[in-house]
Amino acid sequence: MNTQINTMLDAPLRSQLRAPTVIPAAQQAYWALRREFWESRWIYLAPLAVAALFLFGFLISIIHLPHEMRALAGLDPAKQRDTILQPYDMAASLLMGTFILITMFYCIEALQRERRDRSILFWKSLPVSDVTTVLAKASIPFLVLPLVSCAIAFVTEFIMLLLSSAVVAGSGLSVATYWNQVSLFRGFLLLLYHVMTVHVLWSAPIYGWLMLVSAWARRAAFLWAVLPPLAISVLERLLFHTGHFAAFLGHFFTGGAEGRYAPGTLPMHPGTHLTPGRFLGTLGLWIGLAVTAAFLALAVRLRRDRGPA
Amino acid sequence: MACIEARGLRKAYGATVALDGVDLRVEEGRILGLIGPNGAGKTTALNAILGLTPYQGELRVLGRDPWNERDRLMRDVSFIADVAVLPRWIRVSQALDYVGGVHPRFDRAKAEGFLGKTSIRWESKVRELSKGMVTQLHLALVMAIDARLLVLDEPTLGLDILFRKQFYDSLLNDYYDGNRTIVVATHQVDEIEHVLTDLVFIDRGRIVFNRSMEEVESRYLEVLVDPDKLAAARALKPIHERQGFGRSILLYEAADRQQVAALGEVHAPSISDLFVAVVGNQTGHTGGVSR
Repeated sequence: MNTQINTMLDAPLRSQLRAPTVIPAAQQAYWALRREFWESRWIYLAPLAVAALFLFGFLISIIHLPHEMRALAGLDPAKQRDTILQPYDMAASLLMGTFILITMFYCIEALQRERRDRSILFWKSLPVSDVTTVLAKASIPFLVLPLVSCAIAFVTEFIMLLLSSAVVAGSGLSVATYWNQVSLFRGFLLLLYHVMTVHVLWSAPIYGWLMLVSAWARRAAFLWAVLPPLAISVLERLLFHTGHFAAFLGHFFTGGAEGRYAPGTLPMHPGTHLTPGRFLGTLGLWIGLAVTAAFLALAVRLRRDRGPA
Repeated sequence: MACIEARGLRKAYGATVALDGVDLRVEEGRILGLIGPNGAGKTTALNAILGLTPYQGELRVLGRDPWNERDRLMRDVSFIADVAVLPRWIRVSQALDYVGGVHPRFDRAKAEGFLGKTSIRWESKVRELSKGMVTQLHLALVMAIDARLLVLDEPTLGLDILFRKQFYDSLLNDYYDGNRTIVVATHQVDEIEHVLTDLVFIDRGRIVFNRSMEEVESRYLEVLVDPDKLAAARALKPIHERQGFGRSILLYEAADRQQVAALGEVHAPSISDLFVAVVGNQTGHTGGVSR
């Protein structure tokens, strides 16, 4: 037993035998991230459940698919495509909505929960820095969730394609006609681009703000995150009869579209022309990212200062 | 090098002064008991040592500044804050994986050895374990870390007496090796009496007593005074007097052993009696040690 060996060795010999003192930063980051997956299993279980539910509904709906395909045959190709693609767009939208909800909920809980259940005293008893912990948590909304959501959307659409193909083939229709309309991989890349630009990079200050409030508030973090901006908007409306602040906030949720796509094309349309260069050249994007970085730096600071809530 | 060195440590929460100029030096290899009434500043002092709270004054722990180097300090320091800090959602196996993943001095085989002696199952979540089992788990994790300083703040709070005894036994037999330093803050004073090498009383943010146990044993005597010798006993200036077994029990500091032995039955005072005598005299408390 180690215990016996330890007591047998004398002091100087033992101090020579002390294990190496440093764990590589990447390994610490890996375990900090593992912790998030253990603690918040719902960040991947919820989108999976939504996808499963959608697939169940889709399975029932494709009973009518052969009938629809026959009706479509006479129509023009654009109309055909829109009808066939409709459920695919629905699946993507549903999973994106889920992604946004989960991300916001995760951010507002991220740094408060460990203080609420006092487990922060356990986490802080280990040699993991506040920077590592906060960055591991921030990587969930900024990297992990967008990728996981897009991957789940892709797999869902792939299963939809397989199910539809089986039904179409089973009714003696041409599978090729159906497949020609669906381009899964291009759809996946478009979705990823859409999520990373609009919902991650452009919305970054929202997630940064939520994490900052999560690190600061003792309780009711959600109210602290939402009420002050709301109050400012209302006061501005009352006092100056203007809505600049509300418009400014709305910008982070819906805005930023300028620059991502060539003018006149729809975001998720297969013919969309992407212009990432113009998007990355937007000044507002970089200001937003700088503000996000400042929010996260403050959150690191607060994690050091705040004890159990 | 001293393990802990504090000079003029101060901490106030608004108008409440939690630490009012604490000077403390703890050498390596000591087992120090930090005893004080509720709100005396014990937890604040320990939190400052662990880098969990900012402070004024000078403080070095193993040569480091705890507030600015908490993560590096924790490579050499372990602590158990109190029984309820392990996250309730974590599985036993996950806790072992995580600590093993982030701590350079964690010996997993050792932790598994400790857990093997308990009835804790690997796949259990902390929320499914009893209070005693959670402490066993936390202790197994901490004892498997080759730390130089272990800080325990009320480690046995809410546990039954068998468990508390077992806790300190394994701490002494399986963990303490003469090189590590252990700091224990607790209300259950008499249980840790035989464990300690040093004794510190803290009251209202100040250190009011700081001696090694050898000093305590040689310096303080308690006498169960024969009724007819009470006047003579009082003349020797006891630091405290109380009633027990229908007789007066007088506590002396630096008294002549031969001289007091003539007054009645002499024995070493318990830490709690000493605490009542010292802290009670200093501040006019009527008591303060809860058991």
